[in-house]
Amino acid sequence: MSIFIDKFFANITKLIAFSILLLVAWIFTILFEYSLESIKAFGFLFITEDKWAPNLEKFGALPAIYGSVVSTFLAMILAVPIAIGVAIFLSEIAHAKLKATVGVSIELLAAIPSVVYGMWGLFYFVPIIRDIFGGIGISMLSAGIVLSIMILPFMAAVTRDAMNTTPDILKESAYALGSTKWNVVKDIIIPYAKAGIIGSFILALGRAIGETMAVTFVMGNVHKISTDLTQPATSIPVTLANEFAEANSTLYYSSLFELSLLLLVVSFTIISIAKFYFLRRRKAL
Amino acid sequence: MTYTQKRIIINKAVMTLSTLCAIIGMGFLFWILSVLVINGIDALSANIFLNEGAPPGNDQGGLKHALIGQLYLVGYASIFGVPLGILAGTYLSEYSQKSKIAEVVRDISDIMMSAPSIVIGAFVYAVVVTPMGHFSGWAGSIALTIIMLPIILRTTDDMLQLVPSTLREAAFALGAPKYKVIIQVVYRGAKAGILTGILLGVARVAGETAPLLFTSFNDNFLNTDMMQPMASLTVTMYNYASSPYEDWQQLGWAAAFILSMFILTLNILGRLFLLKKRGKH
Repeated sequence: MSIFIDKFFANITKLIAFSILLLVAWIFTILFEYSLESIKAFGFLFITEDKWAPNLEKFGALPAIYGSVVSTFLAMILAVPIAIGVAIFLSEIAHAKLKATVGVSIELLAAIPSVVYGMWGLFYFVPIIRDIFGGIGISMLSAGIVLSIMILPFMAAVTRDAMNTTPDILKESAYALGSTKWNVVKDIIIPYAKAGIIGSFILALGRAIGETMAVTFVMGNVHKISTDLTQPATSIPVTLANEFAEANSTLYYSSLFELSLLLLVVSFTIISIAKFYFLRRRKAL
Repeated sequence: MTYTQKRIIINKAVMTLSTLCAIIGMGFLFWILSVLVINGIDALSANIFLNEGAPPGNDQGGLKHALIGQLYLVGYASIFGVPLGILAGTYLSEYSQKSKIAEVVRDISDIMMSAPSIVIGAFVYAVVVTPMGHFSGWAGSIALTIIMLPIILRTTDDMLQLVPSTLREAAFALGAPKYKVIIQVVYRGAKAGILTGILLGVARVAGETAPLLFTSFNDNFLNTDMMQPMASLTVTMYNYASSPYEDWQQLGWAAAFILSMFILTLNILGRLFLLKKRGKH
C-alpha cells in the first residue's frame, strides 16, 4: 500500500512539474495560431508599417514598437544611474540601522502594484509635465519617467544584492592599501559584481518592456510616431490593454495576438539573456 | 592640489552623489506612498464596504462588489496555484536528482516569473474566453493561477533544499516511505519558507491588473457567479481612475489604498516568517 502511495506521489509531482513546460509551449503555440491571420495578411509589413487604422482593417505595429523601445530606453537611462547610486548608498555608505530601514522600504516599494504607480502618474505627475513642457502632459516623456520610477526599487534592490556578494576580505585589503570608498567601489566592488549588476539591469529592461499598467495611464494610446517626447504615444502593452476588450473583427484580434506574441518573444529573449549570461548563480528569492 | 587631496575630493563627491540618489529615489517613492495614504484615508468611509458600484454623481458608490470579486479571483487562483506550485516544487527538490529536464523546468519558471502578465491575459482570452463566448471570473482566476504557479514552484523548491539532508536520512533510517518523509519531515522543516512563498505569490497576483482586463473584465455590481464577468479592485481602480468623475476617482484612490495596504501586509508577514526561521537556526 505504502509503495503504491509512494509511486503515486512521485508521479503526480513529476507530472505537475513537467506540465509547466507544456503550459509555456501551449502559450507560444496558441499565440502563434491566433496570430496566423494577421501574419498571412501583412507578413513582414506588420512590423514596418506605421499605420494602425482598425476602421480600415490596416494594422501596422511600428508605432507601438517604437513607443515600447523609446519609453523603455528612456526609463533605463533615468533609472540606471539612480539605481547604482542607491545601491552604493545601501551597500557602502549607510549605517547598519539606516541600511535596514531604507533597504526594506525599497523592497516593499517594489511590491506596490504597478496600477498604483500609474494612477499616481496620471494625477500627480502628468500635470507637472504639462506645466513644464506644455501639451496635454500625457506623453512618451511621462511614460518613460513613471516607468523609471516603477522599476527603480527592483533595480536598486537587485544591484545592491549583487554588490553585497563582494567578499569582505577583498574590500578590507583595498582599504588597508589606503583606498578611498570610491576606489573600493570602482575598482573592487563593481568589477567583482559586474555580471550580477549587468544581469539585474537587463532583467529590469525585460520587465520594463512588458510593464503595462504603470504606462497605460500616462502614455495616451495614440498610434503615431513622433520624435517629440511631449506628444502622446503608444506601446505594445498599452495597445493591448486599451484595445483587446474592444476589438471587433478577427483580423483586429489577430493583429493584437501578433503584438502579444512579439512582446512575449522579445521579453523571453531579454530575460533569458539576463539569466543565462549574467545571473547563472542567482537564486529565485 | 595634491594627489591625496584630489582623491579625497572625488571620493566625497561620489559619496554625496550616491546619497543624493538615495534621497531622490526614496523621495519619489514616498511621494507616491503619501499620496496613496492621504487620498486613500480621505476616501475611506463605511459606504465603501457596504455599497456596490453606483452611477457617478450621487456619492452612494462603494467598492463592495470589487472587494468581494477580488477575494473570489485571488482566492480561486490560490486554491489552484498553491498546491500545484508546492507539488511541482517538491518534485524539483526531492525527486529530480538534478536531472537536465528538471533544470529546464527551473529555468523556464524563472523566465515566466518575469514575463509580461498581459500576454498571459491574451493566452487565457484565447483558450477560455473565446470558447465560452464571454468574459468570466474563471478566466481571470486561471490567468492569475498561471502567474502564481512559477513563483510558488521556485520558492518551494528553494525552501525545501534548505532542509538539511540529515533530517531526511534520519527518517529514512526509521523505515519511513519517501512520501511520508517529505510530508511529515521535509514540509514541516520548511514550513516557514513555504508559507513565505505563498504569501509573496498571493501578494504578487493580488496586484495584477493587465491580465484581468480581458479575462474577468469588470462588473459595476456585486457578482459571485464565476461564470460571469467579475469586478476586481485593480480593474475597478483602473476604470474609476481614468473616468472624468470626481467621486469615481475618489473610489479609485480608496481601492488603491486598500489593495496596497493588503499587499504590503502580506509582504511584511512573509518577511517576519523568514526572519523567525532564520532566528531558530
